[in-house]
Amino acid sequence: MAVGLLVTCLNDVLYPETGKAVVTLLRRLGVEVTFPAGQTCCGQPMVNTGYLDEAVPLVRRHVEAFAGCEAIVVPSGSCAGSVRHQHRIVARRSGDPGLVRAVEESPPVYELSEYLVDVLGVVDVGAYFPHRVTYHPTCHSLRMLGVGDRPLALLRAVRGLTLCELPAAQECCGFGGTFAVKNPDTSVAMGADKARHVRESGAEVLVAGDNSCLTHIGGLLSRQRAGVRVMHIAEVLAATETPAALADPAAEVAR
Amino acid sequence: MSRTFLGTPAFPEAARSALANTQLRRNLAHATSTIRAKRAAVVGEVAEWERLRRAGAALKDRTLRHLDTYLQQLEESLTRAGATVHWARDAAEANRIVVDVARRHGTDEVVKVKSMVTAEIGLNDALAAAGITAWETDLAELIVQLGDDLPSHILVPAIHRNRSEVREIFLREMGRYGRPAPADLSDVPAELAAAARAHLREKFLRSRVAVSGANFAVAETGTLAVVESEGNGRMCLTLPEVLISVVGIEKLVPTWADLEVFLQLLPRSSTGERMNPYTSLWTGVTPGDGPQEVHVVLLDNGRTQVLADEVGRQALRCIRCSACLNVCPVYERTGGHSYGSVYPGPIGAILTPMLRGVGADAQVDSLPYASSLCGACFEVCPVRIDIPEVLVHLRAEVVDSHRGHPSAQNAAMAAAAWTLGDARRTSVAERVACAVGKLLRRTRRRAPGGRATLGALPGPAARWADARDVPIPAPESFRAWWARTDGGRTEQQ
Amino acid sequence: MSARDEILGRIRAALRDVPATETPADIAVDRPAPAAASPADVDTFVERVADYRARVVRCTPDELAAHIAAECTGRVLVPADLPTELWPAGAVPDHALPVTELDDVDAVLTTAALGIAETGTIVLDHDPGQGRRAATLVPDRHVCIVRADQVVPDVPSAIAKLDPTRPQTWISGPSATSDIELDRVEGVHGPRNLVVLLLG
Repeated sequence: MAVGLLVTCLNDVLYPETGKAVVTLLRRLGVEVTFPAGQTCCGQPMVNTGYLDEAVPLVRRHVEAFAGCEAIVVPSGSCAGSVRHQHRIVARRSGDPGLVRAVEESPPVYELSEYLVDVLGVVDVGAYFPHRVTYHPTCHSLRMLGVGDRPLALLRAVRGLTLCELPAAQECCGFGGTFAVKNPDTSVAMGADKARHVRESGAEVLVAGDNSCLTHIGGLLSRQRAGVRVMHIAEVLAATETPAALADPAAEVAR
Repeated sequence: MSRTFLGTPAFPEAARSALANTQLRRNLAHATSTIRAKRAAVVGEVAEWERLRRAGAALKDRTLRHLDTYLQQLEESLTRAGATVHWARDAAEANRIVVDVARRHGTDEVVKVKSMVTAEIGLNDALAAAGITAWETDLAELIVQLGDDLPSHILVPAIHRNRSEVREIFLREMGRYGRPAPADLSDVPAELAAAARAHLREKFLRSRVAVSGANFAVAETGTLAVVESEGNGRMCLTLPEVLISVVGIEKLVPTWADLEVFLQLLPRSSTGERMNPYTSLWTGVTPGDGPQEVHVVLLDNGRTQVLADEVGRQALRCIRCSACLNVCPVYERTGGHSYGSVYPGPIGAILTPMLRGVGADAQVDSLPYASSLCGACFEVCPVRIDIPEVLVHLRAEVVDSHRGHPSAQNAAMAAAAWTLGDARRTSVAERVACAVGKLLRRTRRRAPGGRATLGALPGPAARWADARDVPIPAPESFRAWWARTDGGRTEQQ
Repeated sequence: MSARDEILGRIRAALRDVPATETPADIAVDRPAPAAASPADVDTFVERVADYRARVVRCTPDELAAHIAAECTGRVLVPADLPTELWPAGAVPDHALPVTELDDVDAVLTTAALGIAETGTIVLDHDPGQGRRAATLVPDRHVCIVRADQVVPDVPSAIAKLDPTRPQTWISGPSATSDIELDRVEGVHGPRNLVVLLLG
């Protein structure tokens, strides 16, 4: 098996540890991982802001980079959703039949928990993480992809992990990409409620499958000196009793 | 005594003031969480809910794709049943028709069933200009009318008011327009409802002309349906001699049998009940029972413009249940007035721009952006309107309508597209960011877990950094790490 | 051009993408079938009517007169074509009374067209015995006789039985509102009390 890792532009520069965790995890499960160097960004920020023309070169870049991969794995529900649902809209808009075809023929894309549970058929990935954790189901993984309780099943199988219930878990955190900048007051009002629920959960770590949402919620929690850190689910699932070769447990885990 | 939405600022600014209104925030959070729980419970009872939703969507698509045929069929069946059919291209024409009918009967007042469409066309103002008073009879509409307020919700226009505010409005205003509220009125909802009953009763019993909308119009039979709870609808539809119903052309369903789908979808989605207390169905004129003169005004007012939009057309499936408002995290916090339209919330954010057209008005153009695209609206919509899809589609229309005009956003997006359109350029940009990160990380405050963060930021970045700590770029990007270590294989332990 | 022709023209222009050969039947509609009738329907009906805080009294034909007498006190409006053996003492037959007089009676007694179990709904189609629409609206108390064999399982079964040319009133509990804080309150403009006498 050889899967292409779509690390996402955000993780690439802000959270490389998440990408490294995916590599560690997949290798541990016997999956051969490649990182197509031509990748940049899936184009979601442009599409969701209404800049479809601007997204065309990004979609072109994406399909070229991942051509030939057996599957694409991405540690982000919203980027997976963008590739799965928006690329064809952008391709149609470009008026280039070659791009439309290339998008149709592009390898299947899986959000990390989908790939683990549906393709590899594993729930217990051999992880160890002795902390109190709560899980925020991000909107695009929950409603656009329909990952359901796959991430929770994965977390429940982690040794040492105590899962705390997050009140109003399914409610949006208020990130919403450029929404957070175009409607900053509403975004923060939503985020404030999410942060309150996270604090109420009694968890020490907030876990999600999208670092974009975690940047928002984690940024609020950090500003509040809340004493809760945020982590991508890949990093929790990559953790074991012996510190992994790729992980640096002393730092870089907070958003 | 009527305010309008004219002059509402663009959504972000309107939302900012609404967010600061603590009473509003509390009222909305309480009301929307109540209705969300009710809806979830009764929808959960229906084993084949998803199949019903798909049937509802398909029936509406069938109607919309053959709307000309069905409208002509409706006109024929209504005429056969003794109703008079009028057609109105826009609000002004519809208002003129209603005013003319009312005038012909020499009345100076009409009673009204709550209807979104008559709010959309500003009928009350048009009637007032003709010296005719329109009495709103739905409890929430009465609260809005007496309070010289604006509606903020499709189903419960006074959702932004709590019981003590309603009590105050009733005590202050009812006496000016008819029977006053009892002097010892409390803020118990049952007492407030009783005050409304007493206040409106004399108006119901004496009015000779009523105005309604319709939830559904059956093309095959000419049957109109009004779905309600209080009985004010039945009063208006039954007691007066003349009934004028203003019906948007998207309200059609093809056959009588098709009502079975919508009469299951609507109450459960709307009030969270298995069935609403009252549904009235009437087909033209029934001799000896109810109004003996029945008018139906078929209204376009921008609907054909929505129909012409192949992606946006699905918005015309809407049966005005308001489930999307009740689950929307943006609506819950900002309330309906922030949307500056009689159609607030997610459905309003797509319907208003399509009815009015994008590219001409900054307030309208701000509406497709009034969403985090969380998708909760699509999940509950009983006719499966993919609101996020239409929002994104309309954002593109807004952007396209402003192409060629220099703006910070256009420049930023062009620069991002240029950088991210090529892996080499992306990699250079990342190296710069990581170098800056390295410089900054020694001196900056740490977030929980140890990550260095930026403090306050200038310019547009302040909108983010005002409330949130910002992580500093990693010292080495994933891309650079992969290249340096051959994907971790040569990394030193 | 008339408004009618202009609107129809706009619609046709808007639907240019719809193939000329497409017919309404080409858009498939897959809907749940009406439920099969079951002996449990009547119990469900009773339970769900009561859920709306309407009163439901089950009785046999022999007991009906006594229950009518108990529920219908004071001046009771009856449709003039309601079988006279059902008239309570103090019955006021509705010979097109003016609405102000409808407002003066204490209750109204009618029959119904059918009942819907799943939703706890009674449907009046204003045939003989059910009165004109105003008769069951203006009085503050509505006593309605429904026979057990009139109860259908669900909304599709009801729609299939009903005649669209008849005016209809579907009633699910007493008049209610949730307009204040979405807190449900029974009793606004319609009858504040609904009593269903379920026969059989």
